[in-house]
Amino acid sequence: MAAAPSRPLRAEALLAASLLTPALLLVALLLLVPLLWLVWQSVRQDGGFTLAHYARLFTDPAYGATFLQTFRISAIVTLACVVLGFPVAWAAAESGPTLRTLILALVVLPLWTSVLVRAYAWIIVLQRTGLVNSALEALGVIHRPVILVNNEFGTIVATTHILMPFVVLPLYTTIRTIPREVLAAAASLGGTPAFVFTRVYLPLSLPGLLSGASLVCVLSLGFYITPELLGGGRTYTVSMLIARNIALYDEWGAASSVSVALLACIFLIFFLAGRIVPIDRIVGTR
Amino acid sequence: MRTTSPARVAAFLFAGLVLLWLILPVLIVIPMSFSESRFLTFPPKALSLRWYHAYLGSSLWLRATRVSLGVAAASAALASVIGTAAAYALNISNTRVLKLLKLVLLLPLMVPIVITGVGIFLVYARVGLLATITGLVLANTMLGVPYVLTSVLGALGQFDPAQEMVARSLGMNRLRAFFAVTLPQIAPGVLSGALFAFVASLDETVVALFISGGRYQPLTKRMFTALRDEIDPTIAAISTMLTLVSCIVAASVMLNARRSERRRRLRA
Repeated sequence: MAAAPSRPLRAEALLAASLLTPALLLVALLLLVPLLWLVWQSVRQDGGFTLAHYARLFTDPAYGATFLQTFRISAIVTLACVVLGFPVAWAAAESGPTLRTLILALVVLPLWTSVLVRAYAWIIVLQRTGLVNSALEALGVIHRPVILVNNEFGTIVATTHILMPFVVLPLYTTIRTIPREVLAAAASLGGTPAFVFTRVYLPLSLPGLLSGASLVCVLSLGFYITPELLGGGRTYTVSMLIARNIALYDEWGAASSVSVALLACIFLIFFLAGRIVPIDRIVGTR
Repeated sequence: MRTTSPARVAAFLFAGLVLLWLILPVLIVIPMSFSESRFLTFPPKALSLRWYHAYLGSSLWLRATRVSLGVAAASAALASVIGTAAAYALNISNTRVLKLLKLVLLLPLMVPIVITGVGIFLVYARVGLLATITGLVLANTMLGVPYVLTSVLGALGQFDPAQEMVARSLGMNRLRAFFAVTLPQIAPGVLSGALFAFVASLDETVVALFISGGRYQPLTKRMFTALRDEIDPTIAAISTMLTLVSCIVAASVMLNARRSERRRRLRA
């Protein structure tokens, strides 16, 4: 192959370039160019250079609070997805073929149903006259409805529900590759089950865990539908801040600096996670 | 080796509960949609088809459904052609440039959807594509390409490129060799990718909030506004139908995957 003449190689490159052009053109025109334009807008005011839009992120307490709430929600959602998702991935890997198919189908099916439908379902379940409140009242646990929705709690529940499959799937793929002999060896050398789990099983499942957790973290940072529908005005995330600044106030400077800051956070997370698991594998779960 | 220790049983039970929590909310909209009452009480006191009649009697909802289905079909078709071409190109070799370009093509999955929506809005405002069908189709095609790309790259990874080489050495040109030899073998991957793109487009809400309007508003935009303003059980009826569509598509993807797996095993 080393002695191959350059003409076929150049033909290959030309073919690759022409096949890639439509897809690249679409992404460039609809995503890359507007992103660059946002970066440009974020340092412009009245025809001159400014850092005022970025300064506001630090001086205006409302902006800081919004970023803080978004990061808090994202952290709780990611943790909840891992804690709830790990046993499911483990159970799928430990089960026989039939049970495994059932478990995976139950994980994948919600992924196929509309995000809006799932947000709506949680409104029904969590509202004042909803399923949870009626059940708790019937059991005599509470005497008046607890407020479960139109706040951060409702947002977190629905977001966790929507994003959990993204942790289970890569985790399951990784766990399946852990050789049983390794666990048996660790146990036969005197490791207690807790030791085998924390020192052998967990480290070996780390790539899948990291892949799923970073994807959920990034996706929840950018979530818009659940905080808007289940947050009840008390939950205000960065995505909502961007949307309001444009739809309501026509504030492109503010919207663009907030967008660039959020993008920077997200790419940083991808970059850090990408040092351990390839980024295309992380996003490939979506 | 398999012991039924209490910890193991507890972990399985916990996983079962999580799975219930995962699936029940998806199913709960179904009984709600047959409720007779305006108010969302569970379980419904009396059953009726009232909200399905409300849906079928509303030209607004029906038009939104047509827009959604049309856009999803068109963008899935476009995305599968564009995405398959790109995947084939990325599979030719493994250079750094191609790796970088692959990440660029996966960008729509990484950028928060609100920022994508704002960006597309900016472009469309300049070129007059706001509130048009073309605009919706192009946006959803871009969002669908990454799904086709990952799915087809997976299929190409299982395919032995020597087969295409053989066809070419026997005198077929590259295009014919692709359609005669390669495409039939990666077809399940293309189909899965197209179905992913279809469902993603059907579900896409946020970009549509920014760029759609007037006659061409997809179902999800109307649902979103309805949910924000006043909760009407018609949404439960629509949700039930949407869930049914998703189940059918999901089942066909799984069957498709299983069939191609069996074919592969037969060949081996």
